[in-house]
Amino acid sequence: MAHDVVTEQPKDFKIIPTSAIPLVAVVYIGLIIAVATNRLWALDFFHVVGGGLWTGIDLFLGFVIGPIIGKMSIPARMEFSKKFMPKMVLLMPTLVIATLAGGWQLARHEGFILSSDKHHGWVVASMIVVGVMAVVALGFLEPANLGVLFELKKERPNGEVIGKLMKRFLYTAGLTGAMQVATLIIMTRIATL
Amino acid sequence: MNTRAKKLPPVSEISVVVLALVVAGGVYLAAHLPKHTSLAFTTFTVVAAAVLVLVNLVLLTRLTGFAWKTFFQVAKWTLFAYAIFAAALEYIFVKDGVRGSVLVLMSATIVIFAVNLPIHFGFTVARYADN
Repeated sequence: MAHDVVTEQPKDFKIIPTSAIPLVAVVYIGLIIAVATNRLWALDFFHVVGGGLWTGIDLFLGFVIGPIIGKMSIPARMEFSKKFMPKMVLLMPTLVIATLAGGWQLARHEGFILSSDKHHGWVVASMIVVGVMAVVALGFLEPANLGVLFELKKERPNGEVIGKLMKRFLYTAGLTGAMQVATLIIMTRIATL
Repeated sequence: MNTRAKKLPPVSEISVVVLALVVAGGVYLAAHLPKHTSLAFTTFTVVAAAVLVLVNLVLLTRLTGFAWKTFFQVAKWTLFAYAIFAAALEYIFVKDGVRGSVLVLMSATIVIFAVNLPIHFGFTVARYADN
């Protein structure tokens, strides 16, 4: 279809779920306190909880939800996207910053970032994996997510554009999901060395 | 006028290259902390990324008939969100005692990161917007 315009889609949704912003603020304040006080438990909490959720959501999205969405009709995808994607706009960056900031401080606290440390090689490997995931997520996944949401806000959303951007979103979610398997291997190696 | 029908400059592609450069430079430097290491590679990535951001800004200024309202709407909020991230990262580096040339390079990396993403997100959304 050259111009697959989908009509009669309600646009009464928020791109940013503003009611969740206070919750995000609480997480950030907690993270800053953890970094400022440099307490091992607090740093470990943010790294493990943030990382566990980030990894789990990426894997679930990439390998369970993604293929299901891929088989849905365009109107069904749009309906799902309107409810699902605004939550991802706030949730994922919050989990990522909590995991990375907590992890970096934890590695410093435990001395893992010193090149003489036996964990150093694995820590560098995790930085490389996270770096690639950051390029994929910020370069392709997040703009596609926003693009879909803005298209859905239009009076007459274009199904062709939504289909194209959703495909990009799902492929990149699958790729980051696969890379999260590498993260799991690296993190369990670090924990048991 | 619908901008999706127009041929647009490779702003998104350049932004992804900028992102890759700042991540590569940042990871290289972070992997060598707190050791003194050559700053040549990270200096190269920072300078190359800064030049590419300027190229993107020039390409954007030459655009006509673009959905600027949508671009600025997205870019403004993205800048706000990533400025908070950038500030948090800067705080962590300063608190960890990073100083001198390394801090300058890290700060430049963070600033380029925070400026590049609004351009990338704004352009990607606005290219599909109706003007």
